Amino acid sequence: MTMRRITRKKNSLNGVTIRKVMYQMKADYQLYLLILPIVAYFIIFKYFPIYGLKIAFLDYDPALGFEKSIWVGFDNFMEFFTGPYFELTLKNTLVLSFYSLLASMPIPILFALVLNSFRDSKGRKAIQTITYAPHFISTIVIVGMLQLFLSPSSGIINRLVVWGGGKAINFLGEPSMFRHVYVWSGIWQNLGWDSVIYLAALSSVNPELHEAAQLDGANRIQRMRYIDLPGILPTIVILLILHFGSIMSVGFEKVYLLQNTTNSQTSEIIATYTYKQGIQRAQYGYSAAVGMFNSVVNLFLLTVVNKISKKVTEVSLW
Amino acid sequence: MKQKKHRVKMGISDRIYYAIAVLIVAFVVVITIYPLYFVCVASVSDPTLVLNGKVLFLPKGIQLQGYQRIFQYKNIWSSYLNTVIYTVVGTGLNVVMTMTAAFVLSRRRFYGKQLIMLMIVFTMYFGGGMIPTYLNIRNLHLLDSFWAMILPGAVSAYNLIIARSFMQSSIPHEMQEAAIIDGASYIQFYLKIVLPLSTPVVGVLTLYYAVGHWNSYMDALLYLSSREKYPLQMILREILIQNQFSTADLASMNDTEAMMSAENMKQLLKYGLIVVSSLPMIILYPFLQKFFVKGVMIGSLKD
Repeated sequence: MTMRRITRKKNSLNGVTIRKVMYQMKADYQLYLLILPIVAYFIIFKYFPIYGLKIAFLDYDPALGFEKSIWVGFDNFMEFFTGPYFELTLKNTLVLSFYSLLASMPIPILFALVLNSFRDSKGRKAIQTITYAPHFISTIVIVGMLQLFLSPSSGIINRLVVWGGGKAINFLGEPSMFRHVYVWSGIWQNLGWDSVIYLAALSSVNPELHEAAQLDGANRIQRMRYIDLPGILPTIVILLILHFGSIMSVGFEKVYLLQNTTNSQTSEIIATYTYKQGIQRAQYGYSAAVGMFNSVVNLFLLTVVNKISKKVTEVSLW
Repeated sequence: MKQKKHRVKMGISDRIYYAIAVLIVAFVVVITIYPLYFVCVASVSDPTLVLNGKVLFLPKGIQLQGYQRIFQYKNIWSSYLNTVIYTVVGTGLNVVMTMTAAFVLSRRRFYGKQLIMLMIVFTMYFGGGMIPTYLNIRNLHLLDSFWAMILPGAVSAYNLIIARSFMQSSIPHEMQEAAIIDGASYIQFYLKIVLPLSTPVVGVLTLYYAVGHWNSYMDALLYLSSREKYPLQMILREILIQNQFSTADLASMNDTEAMMSAENMKQLLKYGLIVVSSLPMIILYPFLQKFFVKGVMIGSLKD
């Protein structure tokens, strides 16, 4: 008897909440109407492809189609892991990424710290505007410029090299040069832009700290080291996590454009290999497996780095 | 005593610091500007002199044949027009979708909000990747269509978060309550109050998206096969990177420009083309810079 009463009470409570929710949803129907196209977009253009990753586990046969092709488990992955391109592309991806990360993280930070130490805010703005410029140039134009400037016969860089007594270098054909060209042209393009976020963070450093330190006789470098740098540390950590999380997704666009048959020994990365196998040779199952390996490692790295950062610095993405 | 000594030293160390700092900044500025400046100079100079390294700071043997040729090069202008259309239509759709999503998801509570946010943020960290995405576009019968250049990137999760944090921080909830009490619907509130108050973030989004459309070639490379739909970047790729020129355009060129070798002409065209294709963005961004910077700052506020 008591039991029954309790259950009835519970039911009616549920009924009330459900009715309340329904009422609220009805009142908010316009919000659902507005969000519908966006939800549809994410389902169709983002989640369909995630479901489409199933193809990585299939021996895909266009004649049989997606649903009827034979399920082969991890065969495609094993084919990649045991094949000749696994070591090469994985190594190239990681080396290029780490090199890029190590070289292109500190430079904008230093630049922002130095620029921030100037008092003249108009001059600072002008310099910022100038250094942003390359950020707005397309990858294709950047690579086109590199080809013109680095040409062994007529490029301006090689003229400098020859003029300085060296031998002209075939920057774009030499496998040993590919990574330097990729990383340093990237730094040239994004130095100014990447420093914006640090400058923004620096502008919120309390000026009283600087005044107090100055009274105590700290010089500019000391103040930079003990006031400015700690002030932007959370920003640096967040960006570091984000960079680590994308360590496996080095930009396909620029690598693909810089790539040629002579430098592929160092320039073939997982993304370009996926493109060639998938789009050019229509090996859909195999190339989807290669790409999926890439994304999973990526997600794993991001999670690990985020966890470490949460423990060590209490800064995290989620 | 010790203190005093230290202070004298400090003055000198700061002076040295600033001398070095000025040198560093000057170096960065020169390194950034010079390649761009050189491209402009080379595009109006005699290509033989450029090839021999005679042109360094000032244009020599000034001529405008390169630009004349570019204006007659049909492929360039039809693709230029395509890029303008993709940029305008694409950015329009991007901004409408992103702002609407940001509006709904910045409301204080409605059922399903958390779930939708999670669903969107997840796509920032994991996706199907190139091949399943390509096959999806194929299954949707969008390959080689106008919409293949517009729909796949209709909303960027990152920009959505920027717009959402802006609305959360600068449009107080009381405004919504007041509007609803006065009998406004959500859509009226959105159109008449939220949108006009959000112009800075609309500016940020427009610019982020427009630059993205203008410079992108990836979607065209993957999804387009007919040349007449190519955006400018695809034609630039042929000319700048693959050194392929439309034979018709090049042939007519050699007849009239007998005095200039084909190789020199190609070189000249490349320099001019870099200027013509990058000019709209390079001219626009200093005016819009404050929006961009604002965008970065709103983005960083989130954390």
